[in-house]
Amino acid sequence: MASETTQLGFWARVQRASVERLHIRLESLVVLLALSTAMALLSPYFLSLSNFLNILLATSTIGVLAIAATFVIGSGGLDLSLGSVMGLAGVAGAFVAVNLGWPSVLAVIACILAGAIAGYINGQLVTRAFVPAFIVTLGMLGLARGLALVISQGRAIYGLPPEIVYIGQGRPFGIPMPVIILVLTAIVAHMVLAYTRFGRHTLALGDSEGAARAAGIRVEHHRRIIYTLSGALAGLAGLLFTARVNAGDPTAGINYELTAITAAIIGGTNLFGGRASILGTMIGALIMGVLQNGLTLLAVQSYYQQMAIGGVLILAVFIDQYQVRKESRV
Amino acid sequence: MTLLSLHGIRKSFGAVDVLHGVDLSVAAGEVVGLVGDNGAGKSTLMKTITGIYRADSGSIEFDGKDILALDPGQRRRLGIEMIYQDLSLAKQQDVASNIFLGREPTKRLFGLFPGFVDKSEMDRQAARMIERLGAHLPSINRSVGSFSGGQQQTVAIARALTFNPKLVIMDEPTAALAVREVQSVLDLIRRLRSEGIAVILISHRLNDVLSVTDRIVVLRHGRADADLVTAKTNMNEVVSRIVGGGDIAAAAAHEQRG
Ligand SMILES: Nc1ncnc2c1ncn2[C@@H]1O[C@H](COP(=O)(O)OP(=O)(O)OP(=O)(O)O)[C@@H](O)[C@H]1O
Ligand SMILES: [Mg+2]
Repeated sequence: MASETTQLGFWARVQRASVERLHIRLESLVVLLALSTAMALLSPYFLSLSNFLNILLATSTIGVLAIAATFVIGSGGLDLSLGSVMGLAGVAGAFVAVNLGWPSVLAVIACILAGAIAGYINGQLVTRAFVPAFIVTLGMLGLARGLALVISQGRAIYGLPPEIVYIGQGRPFGIPMPVIILVLTAIVAHMVLAYTRFGRHTLALGDSEGAARAAGIRVEHHRRIIYTLSGALAGLAGLLFTARVNAGDPTAGINYELTAITAAIIGGTNLFGGRASILGTMIGALIMGVLQNGLTLLAVQSYYQQMAIGGVLILAVFIDQYQVRKESRV
Repeated sequence: MTLLSLHGIRKSFGAVDVLHGVDLSVAAGEVVGLVGDNGAGKSTLMKTITGIYRADSGSIEFDGKDILALDPGQRRRLGIEMIYQDLSLAKQQDVASNIFLGREPTKRLFGLFPGFVDKSEMDRQAARMIERLGAHLPSINRSVGSFSGGQQQTVAIARALTFNPKLVIMDEPTAALAVREVQSVLDLIRRLRSEGIAVILISHRLNDVLSVTDRIVVLRHGRADADLVTAKTNMNEVVSRIVGGGDIAAAAAHEQRG
């Protein structure tokens, strides 16, 4: 044990410690710093407190979705419906608040419940109908988006009550509400994934379903909870987005699953499950946020931003799998 | 006293009929060898005992209780442990995580929030368990996928023994082990018997089976074809019951040499 540790170089030791104790990849922190430095050099506006808060605010929705992606992918699953379910949830909340005129609390509940129900259906189909997660959630991507358009009759729902708008635009202590909600969600999610039995079983399940089953974990039941949780988090993201833009937009969240999954993978989540950390995912989400913010400041068209995100996803998976093969484990 | 009794266990996978009515009983503290050809259904039979597979028909009683309707977790809690042939380890998790998977000890975080896994306690107990087995692992904080086959087998054995089982099923526990480690597993089985723990040992190494068991059950054509008292049988008989006709003498001679 001791002899092995001394054989490793300093860098490798720091790396191992950060991966094992803090559950993050050092490379992703380096990328974040390098990217931020580059942006700061390229744009005079980048390094300001207001832009920093802007980045965090823009990251909050993606961040919540990325937490959902981390749980699902860590458990060996996949949720491609995140962006659509987020759109559906936002519309559902706006419909309850505006069209039905119900109290804001019910609108908030409607957002999260709509997401949870969509996630629950995903979980049922994956575990009972033996349809692969990829297909189930791809189907849900279409279903949820279509339902959002049906409910809203294809138009954004305006006129949200002030309590809801405060969730998206309020700034207690100068910090945007969505940022506060993201940070709190991330802290709870980190605790759950890294330190509770539920979190450990999630990763064990993604690592080897057979081992989890042999250990007596109720594999299907656990998967259904994960997909429901994922949907509920997409619902929360829908609430944050709807409140921020002050409208229930049926086209909200298109392609967001792409960014969320990319953030999770950059953060060190194994695409095939078994390894994941919320801290890492948050760094991944920040990288995506800085990238988008920087490209916007540099007046790069959003079409190219989309291409950049897709490229980063493939690159992140390539680097991850390259390292796995190099260490030749698993 | 009978600890485990199976009656008329049947199991098929689609068109493949594997078990057609197996009867088997194991007494507390008894060591039973289960032998048979490749594909005879040994692993399948054991998985119906641990609950990974559900028997198509038949009954399973453990400790006087009908356990047929219980899931694997509930059966583990009753004291049935198994070392699977494929080991069933979570390769990216470390030693303690594997040993305690599904039964992690918890503590309160900051003395307030319950339900947090007590990792340091897990590590401590895991290290003690590995030491008790007389095994050597490079580090208990490494993912078990980075270990050698024999080291992984040690982890699987430790997992089966940590929670005071009443019955330990070992499916080829020595397949990946060196000579010295094989001996320590055989010693371990003897120690378990002296502590009153029953063992079902599946192995193709008939010398080991003959040296450590009280009884040997031969699985053939989907049935428990022979039930031999180890003290009253020998290599020739066991081999002939496994192959059942054909070139028995040659097979026996081969086993004796090997
Ligand atoms: N999950 C499964 N699906 C379909 N067929 C299976 C399955 N598991 C086992 N079988 C079949 O059941 C038969 C018995 O397999 P089993 O693994 O129980 O044999 P075994 O006696 O343990 O053999 P070995 O000595 O090689 O380990 C084989 O023909 C195998 O192909
Ligand atoms: Mg077998």
